[in-house]
Amino acid sequence: MENSPLFKCGHTACAGCGQAVAARLVIEASGANTIIANSTGCLEVFSTKYPETAWGVPWIHSLFENSAAVASGIEAALIYLGKKDTTNVIAQGGDGSTGDIGLQAISGMLERGHDILYVCYDNEAYMNTGVQRSGLTPFDTNTTTSPAGGLSSGNLRPKKPVPEICAAHGIPYVATASAGFPQDLTRKVKKAISIKGPKYIQVHVPCPLGWRHESNQMLPVAKMAVETGLYPLFEYEFGVLSARKQIAPKPVEEYLKMQGRFKHLLNNPTEIKKVQDVADNNIKKYNLKLEAQAPGV
Amino acid sequence: MKEFLEGSHAIAEIVKSCQPGVISAYPITPQTHIVEDLAQMVSSGELKSQFVNVESEHSAASVVLGGSATGVRVYTATSSQGLFYMQEVVFNIAGMRLPVVMTCANRAISAPINIWNDQQDSISLRDAGWFQIYAEDNQEAVDFHLIAYRLAEDKRVLLPVMVCMDGFILTHGMETVDMPEQDKVNKFLPSYKPLYKLDTADPMSMGLLADPDYYMETRFAIQETMRESIGYLSEISKEFNNVFGRDYKDLLVEEYQVKDAEKVIVAMGSVCGTIKEVVDEQRAKGKKVGLLRIISYRPFPYARIYEALKDVPKVAVLDKSVSLGAYAPIAVEIKSTFFGKKKGPKVISSFVGGLGGRDITLETIHEVFRRLTVKEVNFDFVDLKPELLKEEYGE
Repeated sequence: MENSPLFKCGHTACAGCGQAVAARLVIEASGANTIIANSTGCLEVFSTKYPETAWGVPWIHSLFENSAAVASGIEAALIYLGKKDTTNVIAQGGDGSTGDIGLQAISGMLERGHDILYVCYDNEAYMNTGVQRSGLTPFDTNTTTSPAGGLSSGNLRPKKPVPEICAAHGIPYVATASAGFPQDLTRKVKKAISIKGPKYIQVHVPCPLGWRHESNQMLPVAKMAVETGLYPLFEYEFGVLSARKQIAPKPVEEYLKMQGRFKHLLNNPTEIKKVQDVADNNIKKYNLKLEAQAPGV
Repeated sequence: MKEFLEGSHAIAEIVKSCQPGVISAYPITPQTHIVEDLAQMVSSGELKSQFVNVESEHSAASVVLGGSATGVRVYTATSSQGLFYMQEVVFNIAGMRLPVVMTCANRAISAPINIWNDQQDSISLRDAGWFQIYAEDNQEAVDFHLIAYRLAEDKRVLLPVMVCMDGFILTHGMETVDMPEQDKVNKFLPSYKPLYKLDTADPMSMGLLADPDYYMETRFAIQETMRESIGYLSEISKEFNNVFGRDYKDLLVEEYQVKDAEKVIVAMGSVCGTIKEVVDEQRAKGKKVGLLRIISYRPFPYARIYEALKDVPKVAVLDKSVSLGAYAPIAVEIKSTFFGKKKGPKVISSFVGGLGGRDITLETIHEVFRRLTVKEVNFDFVDLKPELLKEEYGE
């Protein structure tokens, strides 16, 4: 990949980091006239260790849970200065800062109608602190705080439906995306910034360290999550499901066996069936099957 | 122009004169009247500003942080639990050197829940890197907001300022206030021109990770600025006096009948009005008593206080807050002012009163003077109710 003037190489992300790839695609899609408010987390740490920064756009980090509120203040200031129409504002963070500790601030930002795109980089656990489970950790995932053991198959609960929570605010645009489908992500970011008002995009970003797969497997793992139905790609406009990526569903085992975080499930058909149920429910809920008669992505 | 105003309304009026571009707040008693009035001013078009109604104080502080970082003058106000809820943002704003101005309508801390005045809220955030200046009356509360913006935005300073005013006593009190005229405000407080801002024409990163090789110098820098700002406060107050015809000596402390005094009470905020009345009464009877009022609690003006009290034999510190498990906050500072020094009071007694809005009456002040004897009081409450202190345990 060529060096990007907006998200420069030389940052300290792990090899094969899905978040680094996605973050670069997001800012390149949004362009130089963008101001970013970034939550505490991996992306903040690996891109802005003083005295260096990877960012070629104005960028601010304040705290873990407040990037949506900081972005609200930036947006309000830009309106006051008469610069809002020429400037995109992006708030971004990981799944923990988005769906857990920052959910209230995001809800406030959406409800107030700020012209901001919120991007959640969903790597499905608190990776920056050492792979602790978050509200967006999938069912049966082995993390450091939801370890698989004699009495447990890992994380007890399914993923918190943050995109649906955002869509329930009736905002103009909500989408899920994946680091495994870069053109789709770029298209969704461009679409989002063309719409005035609050927008939410949640990007599935593999973490080789936390998911325990080889660095060069980032793209195949990300793709398989989508192709099994475990990470459905869809769009909501004003609270209504408007598009989804259709798939020829593969069995979830194909996805589980790629990653150490699911290794404990591989000889356990009962648990694999439960994970398959999660995928099947998604396939049904979002009508993901290719043969279905509906507009695809 | 002199007007008879509620404290909160006077604050809203002066904030309007300062023309912040972004205002954000979350309602909490007794701060509400201030932000209600500002919302009304924005709604009517009187004040051209973005008023952001947030879902919490944490977000209120974050919104003004973001607005300030974008290069716009900002304002927020809170109190008590609200201040605590925004605590980590409060520290963050100072660390990022953003010139935010906040009103703290001082109120007690829960539990038990209590909406009335003391100063436990702001005192608990004394280490945050904010200036804390405490008003005695609403004239000062108004003037201090103007001074707060001027100080915060001074390129030698770039630190946030908290203007503390006693909840209800000042915020809901009606007083005659000489409201600064807009042309004079414009003269004293030029429009804000940030040194650094989030600007696509000149991209910069703010809020970076500082590892052990870099962190400590950021704290040193704030500490140095605080130390130097003792002088800036004097300088700015003189300029303020010239423009508005007031008589602030230095905005660090006020000495009231301290010169030849044998007994002096040290206190902060609106209670000083009550203390002055007792001092006048005692002086009329020939008793040599006085008041040292602390205006700037952060930075703490040690040298100025040393000069003021070095020849006073007996000092009583009356705190309206408490550091549970330790000596009272202001008392600790006064004692450390004189530790190891040749001159200074023989006795520094410490009293805590007025917590949770319990009235500090003229009689309370008389009692403090009476108890200020050669026998030093390390720490004691005043106005406790013995009948409520009987211990009762279940069988």
